[in-house]
Amino acid sequence: MSGVIGFLRRVGSRTVDMVWRLGFATRFFGLVLLYSGQSFRRLHLTIREIYFAGVLSLLIILVSGLFVGMVLGLQGYETLQRFGSSDALGVLVALSLTRELGPVVAGLLFASRAGSAITAEIGLMKVTEQLKAMDMMAVSPIARVVAPRFWGGVVSMPLLAALFTAMGILGGWLIGVVFIGVDDGAFWSQMQAAVDFRYDVMNGVIKSIVFGVAVSLIAVFEGYDCTPTAEGVSRAITRTVVSSALAILALDFVLTSFMFRGQS
Amino acid sequence: MTVARQDFLVDLRAVRFAYGEREILRGIDLSVRRGQVVAIMGGSGCGKTTLLRLIGGQLRASAGQVVVDGADLAGLSRAALYGLRRRMGMLFQFGALFTDMSVFDNVAFPLREHTDLPPELVRALVLMKLNAVGLRGAEALSPAELSGGMARRVALARAIALDPMLIMYDEPFAGLDPISLGVIGQLIRRLNDALGASSIMVTHDIHESLEIVDYVYFVSDGRIVARGTPDEIRASDDPFVHQFVHAEADGPVPFHYPAPSLAASLLGEVGA
Repeated sequence: MSGVIGFLRRVGSRTVDMVWRLGFATRFFGLVLLYSGQSFRRLHLTIREIYFAGVLSLLIILVSGLFVGMVLGLQGYETLQRFGSSDALGVLVALSLTRELGPVVAGLLFASRAGSAITAEIGLMKVTEQLKAMDMMAVSPIARVVAPRFWGGVVSMPLLAALFTAMGILGGWLIGVVFIGVDDGAFWSQMQAAVDFRYDVMNGVIKSIVFGVAVSLIAVFEGYDCTPTAEGVSRAITRTVVSSALAILALDFVLTSFMFRGQS
Repeated sequence: MTVARQDFLVDLRAVRFAYGEREILRGIDLSVRRGQVVAIMGGSGCGKTTLLRLIGGQLRASAGQVVVDGADLAGLSRAALYGLRRRMGMLFQFGALFTDMSVFDNVAFPLREHTDLPPELVRALVLMKLNAVGLRGAEALSPAELSGGMARRVALARAIALDPMLIMYDEPFAGLDPISLGVIGQLIRRLNDALGASSIMVTHDIHESLEIVDYVYFVSDGRIVARGTPDEIRASDDPFVHQFVHAEADGPVPFHYPAPSLAASLLGEVGA
């Protein structure tokens, strides 16, 4: 009997903790938005963060995009040629990337490259009392430290996803056209005819913006909320990567189910 | 000696504070007169740092009043609290310098955040503050390149950047070599007098402190257990003060954390 009660108690306490944390995160998000004015008024703070989150993530995004595109080219050709429609390779590569793989994979990479760095930086600032010192100097750490990093991430993410997609299409072209010998004209013209700007490209961009907000918020929140010890920071970084990945995949399903319902 | 209340820059009356169930402060009366350097001493974990955080408004007292420059912190809005903090400087235990900025930018930070001074004037002020702590030559270094004592001096320059009325020091002597210790001690006194500020210093370094402070409070177990001027402290026959001044392991502050007797623990009679 006492075992059951103990179990229920643990489940209850976990649930209360989770709800509490979710509420805290929501309130934190509100505060970040409230204090965002400064990130725009003092643009150099945000631009610096765009450099750290965006420019420094370029290499991994571009290389991964290229490889993902090349694999798509190989696998796509393999399947399409069975049905004698290898000319449609361009369409397959472009649609997979703009709608799904671009935003999702770029988001996952962004979370592990930039998100973890943001969490680590804010977490270490907390450990070394820099956030407290700032607060004692009458400067809000949310306005000065958190908001610029949040907006830096939100701005960087769609740009990185777009670059990822562009590199991926290039990779698919490289394999399909240059190496395998699919017709160059068919590759591009079919792609141009089948990919709709508003329906395919814009929906992909919307996804990448949503993922950017989610990952950036998780990253700054985990850093700000971490237990100020070495162990606490390392746990926070892990949580950033794991929660971001789950959030991206779950949000992707929700967004996809709203955006794409079998129209063409 | 009677002193009017407005002579006190900081005035704590019957202040209590608890983290959840755990009571840290159990009724503290403490005041700092304008122009004084006051030390709060006590063993590790006795609530000294909590006191500083209450005075800085980072924590709110669960009971009692914390009055700084005539303002009761309990009733202050965040904006008013920030207004008050602009006139306070705080030196954190390990400096808490911003690691992504140079020494110069660290000291310039409060000036840039709170004033619209032209860059030349900011530069002049920063160099003056750095000169006051003897580190004008280190302006281009990054915090990672500084020794512990230097980092604390830079943090001190940053804390006085806006010429505060109150400077708070959290363990300013912890982990310093004897030379840096003397330097910091002298700086605390000199800057206090030069700026016409008041200072509160939380420390357990008794001999260094008694040289420079005007008044000492001893805190133990969340209460003020002794108080006095350095001369009174040196002459005191209070058992706690005696234990503290002479660094004795056992006394009013026990060596052992509260526990059942060793024999009982070894025989497994408790907690089984």
